[in-house]
Amino acid sequence: MSRQSNRTTDSKKMNAELFTLTYGALVTQLCKDYENDEEVNKQLDKMGYNIGVRLIEDFLARSSVGRCQDFRETADVIAKVAFKMYLGITPSVTNWSPAGDEFSLIMESNPLVDFVELPDNHSSLVYSNLLCGVLRGALEMVQMAVDVKFSQDTLRGDNVTEIRMKFIKRIEENLPAGDE
Amino acid sequence: MADDVLFEFLHMEMVSHIYKDQASRGEMEKDRATCVSTLEGMGFRVGQGLIERFTKDSPSFKDDLDVMKFICKDFWINVFRKQIDNLRTNHQGTYVLQDNKFALLTQFSNGKQYLEEAPKYLAYSCGLVRGALSNLGMDCVVTAEVSLMPSCKFQVVIQKI
Repeated sequence: MSRQSNRTTDSKKMNAELFTLTYGALVTQLCKDYENDEEVNKQLDKMGYNIGVRLIEDFLARSSVGRCQDFRETADVIAKVAFKMYLGITPSVTNWSPAGDEFSLIMESNPLVDFVELPDNHSSLVYSNLLCGVLRGALEMVQMAVDVKFSQDTLRGDNVTEIRMKFIKRIEENLPAGDE
Repeated sequence: MADDVLFEFLHMEMVSHIYKDQASRGEMEKDRATCVSTLEGMGFRVGQGLIERFTKDSPSFKDDLDVMKFICKDFWINVFRKQIDNLRTNHQGTYVLQDNKFALLTQFSNGKQYLEEAPKYLAYSCGLVRGALSNLGMDCVVTAEVSLMPSCKFQVVIQKI
């Protein structure tokens, strides 16, 4: 019995490594294809966006979380449900702006950067930029336009990894003309 | 801890990106092969890394067949959440691994629809297997064929020096 459960936790951990290693191979490939870090960051963000617009469906199907009433609730759901579900970590939500439209997600550890070191010639690479795209894409599908970026990154020497999220506006649902 | 679905989404996006990228750089035909080899190369490096993590505490394998059985069982379970359904060999260095419900193809179709697109989504996995075997001391060529989704066959041909 205990041997069985060892296997399961092992295989969950191995799956995480598969994802981490695949992500690493992807970033390496992008760095090879594109000359500068800015372009790589942009590509990662775009790919993240494409993933995010699909991931939100998976998330809503699995979590049965209802509609969030305000941005604060959104922040909590992202940190406590979404991040926990997909990455196994629970970042803390802090640094709310006075207007309540901007906050930070602080992660002690970032599973994407296990085994990763940034070489010196890639100092402006935002390695985990995919995450920003994912958050942006996912929230856009629930009618929220947000701006997401990394403000601190352990790979670049900071103590923690911090993602800053800013609410821009609510996206109005536009029904195409002629729809009942 | 990362959910399996994250890998599937990432893989889907990777394939889409590599193909879109090559298309935008012109030259259609030549680049299809490049796309496949790019994906396969990525899989190769990841496969090498993964197999090191999986087997660092296990005893060494008795022979090639033992290695293939490991790939079919433990490796496949860890990566694709199920075992290989059928392993065949001619005992002369060629192995065919059949997976009747390949994890990366289940969302595609249940038959012949989208058959032409399937190889793109198998290149990375072929690389994974080749990388894993390479780090276990077996140089080989891995190809995949699919005739009825979501079932597919991986053919491993061991290269004798």
